[in-house]
Amino acid sequence: MNSQSCVSIQKEWDIVAARQMGREIAKQLGFGTVDQARITTAISELARNIYLYAGEGQICFEIVETLEQKGMTIVATDSGPGIEDLSLVMQDGYTTSGGLGAGLPGVRRLMDDFDMESEVGHGTRIVTTKWVR
Amino acid sequence: MDTKDLDAKSYTDFLKRYIETRDEQALYGAEQVSKSFIKNQISPEEIVHLHIQSLLEIYPEIQDQIQLSMNFLLEAMIAYGLAHQEYQLLREKQLRIKSEIDVAAGMQSMLMQSEVPNTDELDIGVISVPANQMNGDYHHFVKGKDGAISIAIADIIGKGIPAALSMSMIKYAMDSFPESEMSTNAILASLNRVVERNVDPSMFITMFYAQYKPDTGKLYYSSAGHEPGFYYSNKTKSFHEFEAKGLVLGVDPDTTYVQSEIDIEKDDMVILLTDGVTECRKGDTFIERDELLEVIKTYMHLPAQDIVNHVYRYFERIQNFQLRDDFTLVILKKVV
Repeated sequence: MNSQSCVSIQKEWDIVAARQMGREIAKQLGFGTVDQARITTAISELARNIYLYAGEGQICFEIVETLEQKGMTIVATDSGPGIEDLSLVMQDGYTTSGGLGAGLPGVRRLMDDFDMESEVGHGTRIVTTKWVR
Repeated sequence: MDTKDLDAKSYTDFLKRYIETRDEQALYGAEQVSKSFIKNQISPEEIVHLHIQSLLEIYPEIQDQIQLSMNFLLEAMIAYGLAHQEYQLLREKQLRIKSEIDVAAGMQSMLMQSEVPNTDELDIGVISVPANQMNGDYHHFVKGKDGAISIAIADIIGKGIPAALSMSMIKYAMDSFPESEMSTNAILASLNRVVERNVDPSMFITMFYAQYKPDTGKLYYSSAGHEPGFYYSNKTKSFHEFEAKGLVLGVDPDTTYVQSEIDIEKDDMVILLTDGVTECRKGDTFIERDELLEVIKTYMHLPAQDIVNHVYRYFERIQNFQLRDDFTLVILKKVV
């Protein structure tokens, strides 16, 4: 199986659409309630980042399957201003949105695998996966 | 069964017992399980999940509304759990930093240690307590071949680690001077050049330097902008402030200092201090220098070390046991 579904993020309302689509996929894959909630929170953070800092972008979901396990990958892309200091934004306690957001370190903690690329002036792409336990 | 499963089982048991009997013991059980959750870093959302599972186990027929409301609570707890995790990590980080500073502070106090010299003529008491972990005050004693006793007391404008680092430099600079052979003003002038060359221009160091010479029975002293100390004359039973003017160290390399002198007689007393003593605060107001003298008067019949200890305890208490600045007090009593 290798299907992909995307939600484009332009307005705050789109965050809810992304959450909803993500939760459905997580449920179908057999994630438990707690993990469903975690995945959804990660989607929210990624979508909010796009909405707040890049203006627009998209959140895509992929189902990934290996011989031993299956999981769900979230790909968040935008063509916003990009992030200059990646290590800094991955530091705990560093949040630009007033300190209450989980931030990217939060996303990394909610998910299992996390990777990020960013180019100043061109945009950011974050790929993060959670495996069904 | 691992701890997590055991805790989950006791949670269910205590919950069931509580619902059936409203028993205080069950609530006490909940408190114990909760502590175990914290110890094993179980997140709030996992506890809510456990609660849902427990409820379903006890009441398989539970109403949809209840279960949905619990799912709602679980969702609400996710961000809280993340914030809590972050707090835990920052706390660990902070503990690591604190223990590193503790090691540095230990090294500093070992390096800066200055033993009180043994002399028949003077009874010397000293106390130096940092406001934070590292001390930005400095004092030292040197006993010369001729029995002269030199005392330096210094304060750096600023406190904490940068102050402490600068103080280490002062110590090593002074170690290289033949102190007991130099006049007090020459020592300050030499030190001034070292500080001017080596310390950040935004930092200033004040110092009071005194030398007691047994052959003349006089105390010689110079000051580089330091908080003036006091001299107690037993003959007139009165305290006098040391009058000594001089620019703080590190401003101008060509500064010169003046040496003054006083006669010291039996039962006279010399009090040297840093502004951490006189700038003790009682609520919002600074203490008066007179108040310090009153406290010293109360204890001045005691040996010098007991006087400084009592004075420190007095000021520690009126500041609610939280020093705002490094506190250093040296008292010399002439005993013969």
